[in-house]
Amino acid sequence: MLCIAAGILCPGTVLLAQQGISGIHGSFQMDVQQYTEDSVIGAPEVPEQVLANSFLNLTYSSGKFSAGLRYESFLNALQGFDQRYEGNYFLFRYVTYNNDGLEVTAGNFYEQFGYGLIFRSYQEWGLGYDNAMDGVRLRYEPAPGVMVKGFIAKQRSFFDYGPGIVRGIDGEIRLNDLIRPMTGKKTNVTLGGSFISKYQSDDDPLLKLPENVAAYAGRLDVARGGFSFGGEYAYKMNDPSTVNNLIYKEGQALFLTTTYTKKGYGVTLRTKRLDNMDFRSDRTAIVNNLNLNFLPAIAKSQTYRLATIYPYATQPNGEAGVQADVFYRFKPKTKLGGKYGTNVALSVSGINSIDTVRTGDEYGYTSDFFSIGDVAFFRDVNVEVNKKINKNLKLILTYINQVYNIDVGQGLVGKGTVYADLGIAEIQYKINRRHSLRMEVQGMFTEQDMGDWAMALVEYTISPHWFLAVFDEYNYGNKDEDLRIHYYSASIGYTRNVTRIALGYGKQREGLLCVGGVCRQVPASNGLSLSVSSSF
Amino acid sequence: MKKTVFGSVFLFLFSIALDAGAQDKSLPTIPGVNVKSMDGSSFNTEDLENDGKPIILSFWATWCKPCILELNAIADVYTDWQEETGVKLVAMSIDDTRTSSMVGPMVNGKGWDYEVYLDPNGDFKRAMNVNLVPHTFLLNGNKQIVSQHTTFAPGDEEDLFEKVKKVAGGGTPQE
Repeated sequence: MLCIAAGILCPGTVLLAQQGISGIHGSFQMDVQQYTEDSVIGAPEVPEQVLANSFLNLTYSSGKFSAGLRYESFLNALQGFDQRYEGNYFLFRYVTYNNDGLEVTAGNFYEQFGYGLIFRSYQEWGLGYDNAMDGVRLRYEPAPGVMVKGFIAKQRSFFDYGPGIVRGIDGEIRLNDLIRPMTGKKTNVTLGGSFISKYQSDDDPLLKLPENVAAYAGRLDVARGGFSFGGEYAYKMNDPSTVNNLIYKEGQALFLTTTYTKKGYGVTLRTKRLDNMDFRSDRTAIVNNLNLNFLPAIAKSQTYRLATIYPYATQPNGEAGVQADVFYRFKPKTKLGGKYGTNVALSVSGINSIDTVRTGDEYGYTSDFFSIGDVAFFRDVNVEVNKKINKNLKLILTYINQVYNIDVGQGLVGKGTVYADLGIAEIQYKINRRHSLRMEVQGMFTEQDMGDWAMALVEYTISPHWFLAVFDEYNYGNKDEDLRIHYYSASIGYTRNVTRIALGYGKQREGLLCVGGVCRQVPASNGLSLSVSSSF
Repeated sequence: MKKTVFGSVFLFLFSIALDAGAQDKSLPTIPGVNVKSMDGSSFNTEDLENDGKPIILSFWATWCKPCILELNAIADVYTDWQEETGVKLVAMSIDDTRTSSMVGPMVNGKGWDYEVYLDPNGDFKRAMNVNLVPHTFLLNGNKQIVSQHTTFAPGDEEDLFEKVKKVAGGGTPQE
């Protein structure tokens, strides 16, 4: 039929078709970058000149059944992404059904056990991070408040699978649902435990490597009113690997978090200790490949550009740290609150090495669980004051102090530690119903590394469709005068419901792009970029 | 050829009639996925409820600046919105273990009155085909998705409220 072939001309036919497939949904994203060689900023020559990463996700669901498929295309992978992403693949596919409290998944899946200290499988498209599993997963709820999960699977490594086989089981019980005297009590208690075992054959001609490596973890969550406590402890058996230099020592991790919050304020305290906790399904894998667990960084997730020059990334081989965060709202019509109230946020963190004693044997070292090493990895103090001046004007002032050990953070030698102060002012001004302006002025002051930076940004939005932004990052304090470079950039974006198209042009500095404490090194670049995102 | 044209006209009219008669069925509902409540217990998204009144479902994160702009902008007028339409905002945080413990303090520190859940490994985010945050859905009284929007620019909240009013009155907003 003519109509079906030219569906756009016949809206009725399209509607009819849509009704038949109302259970199918999807999302799409495409990031294209054009590269111009720029020896001043260190942007390399890219032979393809244009590179693109894209994906299209499809999900189908109908009652208790669902299925999904993802197409990925890297032609070729953008600079800074692992170049083993190359070509086009339908790699991700799954079917799931749920019946009588049992959920069965065959194919690919993502999963997290507890806090993730021994197992988290997830995807972060912007980082090129994807440790999806491929196998069979069961989730079963035998009684209210009891959840058991188990799987056996291989793990994705770019467009292939790693050599290891991973087995896992996790159980969680919510005491309030299970134990009658606790039902309806204000205190909620949840207990959980998990176990992971990986198998990889030992082909090493010299060493006798463990072929089966197990790890287990236990967790507790208690919540009462505005108070909550959560924690997980994990233990990993001997797991000689490339990352830990083939030592046979066990690994341990502890993550604790305490929160108290009431209307108008909140406090969070967290502490973490890691010792030899890099855990992968392939003992020879490095960087962001074939990771089995997730070790959250405990330092503020920065959003202002200059504050992301020195981002903290977790050191899985060993670190100990604390973080405290306070949010407070001075009420309207008080001295500090003014007419509209004032929001204040404070975040402080400190992360050090762990205390180790070398043993000279196959175990590598010993470490006292309760003592902290004397090498500072990272420190930061963040103070943010957020003030509404009048109906249309908002002001956010931020002060940040960072201490960043480059050698540890970036795996370099002899670069030392950076001590930096940052001051940031942001103004949000609503011109009228549809037009708004946002401006940022940032300064970073340091004697070390690249020296001082300044940054200015102007963003203009016209609701509901348009977005315009220009910014310039200027390394004016670099000791090398040739490197006092302006990294300018301009972008324009158009959004219509869930479709977003953005076009940009500019120079990007070399640096680490981090999401959730996992980072990827991005080389300097100069050129045009296009990003399209949509879903249905 | 004539027959084909006739056929397509018929199909066109038929499908419009079908569409008008079964409009509600053509709208997708939200999938049931386990997320976490703020007290640490598991919550199935099928159980989201607002007594037949509209729900705004907003995917956000503590590190996402436009998300906070959006939730702040709505917070300023939320009481009025609720009084006028009975709408409820569900703030679905996609913060992972790194930042999920900041969610409660930030919500209270900002003075937000929203119903908040955690989706720490992105299960619900993937099921809803959310690529970027903020991504905001408007659900009608039958918990069907009638409208969705990604990104935020100041002023967008007023368009959203126009849609909320239509949905509260039993209509379907035009995209």
